[in-house]
Formats: sequence, structure tokens, C-alpha cells
Amino acid sequence: MNVMQKLLTALRSSARELGDAIIDANSTRIFEQEMSEAEHHLQEAKQELTSLLAKQLHSEDELKKIQLEIKKHENYVKEALNNKNESLALEIAEKIASLENEHAQVKQTVIDYQSNTKQLKTLIQKTERQLRDYQRQLAMVKTTEKVQQTTSTISANFSASNSKLVTAKETLDRIAKQQEEEKYKQQAADQLAEESEDQQLEKKLTAAGIIKNNRAEDILAKIKQSQQND
Amino acid sequence: MHIQDLALRFNNIRQHEGYEFDCQPIPGCPDVLQITATNLDPLPIFVTITEQQILCIAYLWTEEQILEEHRLSLLEALLELNVPMPLSSFSKTADKYLIFGALSIHSSFDDIIHEIITLHENALEATKALQPFLK
Repeated sequence: MNVMQKLLTALRSSARELGDAIIDANSTRIFEQEMSEAEHHLQEAKQELTSLLAKQLHSEDELKKIQLEIKKHENYVKEALNNKNESLALEIAEKIASLENEHAQVKQTVIDYQSNTKQLKTLIQKTERQLRDYQRQLAMVKTTEKVQQTTSTISANFSASNSKLVTAKETLDRIAKQQEEEKYKQQAADQLAEESEDQQLEKKLTAAGIIKNNRAEDILAKIKQSQQND
Repeated sequence: MHIQDLALRFNNIRQHEGYEFDCQPIPGCPDVLQITATNLDPLPIFVTITEQQILCIAYLWTEEQILEEHRLSLLEALLELNVPMPLSSFSKTADKYLIFGALSIHSSFDDIIHEIITLHENALEATKALQPFLK
């Protein structure tokens, strides 16, 4: 099961409560400990590789020296043969034989070193890749935990202070409510303005004598009329 | 960047490119900051720094605010909007839906401010667009 599958299983678990550790804290600690040990082993392997490479270079150098030595002695043989000194030539040839033996041995050592360093390099690369992968997985687990804990703490904090965790929905609802209140206020203001306009027009009409404000006169006339009738 | 450095930067600037900020640490959660752009519609953005990234989070709505019959359509819409939405992604933790932006820990202060403003805009715009799925 990869780390994402584990995270999903943990997230989907019905027993999980908000803020619960997503993955057992103890196993996370063990995982971190294992990673730290792997890093330590990796450092040791790198030191080992450095020392192996140094030995390999030294052997390669030795091999070159032996090759030069063989060449030099071959020239000696040629010189001895030119001088018709057969016994000296044979003696030098024996030396060449011993040098060639040595060459074969050192060459085998170089091959061994090369093969060892190659293996070690592959192992180091593999371990480094594995470690990077573990680090990525651990970061995923820790981030999930962190976001959950943060959400839980923020929620707890807001409920403790009798305030509320503001969500975008609530902000929008509040804005919509404000806009609606504004709309009603505007409507009321418009209505008032309209009424006031009506009153002003009536005043103007009265002033112009088009509308007569003669209620008192009417009342007086009415009373006079009723007296006459009596 | 450490969370304390970030808090100091916010408290020192207060204003940046016409935006005014209020920065409060969350009690009990010292590594989380609550950032509010005071001259925008009030929606707090929570900022925290992990080993690998800087996370900026805004809460959108809760599970109970969703119209049950539209839940599936809402989830599909969230997936469809995830890519076109600049710099932010949708997510969910427990019963809370959220929008978040993740930045490299090497991001500049300007990058973080840009992220916070973008997240604020995206949060309100997405909620407005998805309002038909909500109560």
C-alpha cells in the first residue's frame, strides 16, 4: 500500500475524529528514525566509495608504471640482442616475465576495484532515490496532519471565543444581506423623495390658485347654512 | 522563511499595493497566522509553513451547507474548476471545504502577498459561482 492509499484509508475511516493523528505518531517516529539511520549508512557508503576510488586510482597508476617498466625492459632486450649478448637478453626477458605476472595481478585488482565501485555507486544512487521518496512520503503525511490539526485548532479557537470560523459562503451571505438591506433603504429613500415631491407640487398648485385650500371657509359656510335651516 | 519572520513582515508593512493587512497568530497554534485584508470583504486567510512549502488556506463552506441533491454535481464542478483556477486548488479537511495555494519555502514576501490576494478573490468568486449547489 503506498502512502496515498494509507492516507485515504485513514481519512475515510469512520472512527477518525477531526484532529486525530492521521497515522500513528509512533510509526511516524519509527519511520523518521529509519530514515535517519539510512542517511547515516549512506554517508558511510560514500566514505567507503571515496576510499575505494582512491585505491582504484592508485592501482591504475601502478599498472601504468609496470607497463612502462615492461616497455623499457623490452628495449633493453633489443639492445642486448643487438650487442649479441644472448645471456643478458635472457636475464632481462626473465625480468619481463616477472613484470608481466605482476601486471596481470594488478590488472585483476583494478578490475575488482572497478566492479566494486560500480556496485557501490549504483547502491548509493538507489538509496538516495529511496530516501528522497521516503522524504516525499513523510512530507505528505506530515502536511495532511498539519492541515487537520490547524483546522481543528482554528475551529476550537473560534468556538472558545464565541466567535465563528468565517467561511467564504458566510462572507458572501453577509454581503448579499447587506446589499438587500441597502436596496430596501434605497427604496424607502426613493419613496420618501417621491412623497415630498408630491407635497411640493401641491404647495405650488395651491400658490398658483389652481388648488384652493378652502376647507375652513367650507366648514364656516356649512355651519351658516345649517343655522339658516334651523 | 519562518512563520515569525512572516508575521514581522506583515506587522511592519500593514499596507502593500493598496491592500491593508491585519496579521494575528492563532492561539494554541503558534505556527499558523490569520491574515485579513482589512479593506476587502472579510475572509481570513490562514498561512502556515511546513518543511517543504508555504500553505495558504481559506475555508469555503461546510458539508452541512451543501444541498444534498446537488452534492455530486458540486464535487464534479470543483474538479472541473481546479485547473483553470489560477494558483489555487480546492480541497477538503473533515467537514470543511477549503481552497489553498502552496508555495515554495523559498518564495518572496511579494509572492506570498500575491497568493493571499489571489486566494481571497478565488474563494469568493468560486463560492459565488457554486452558490446554486449550496443552501
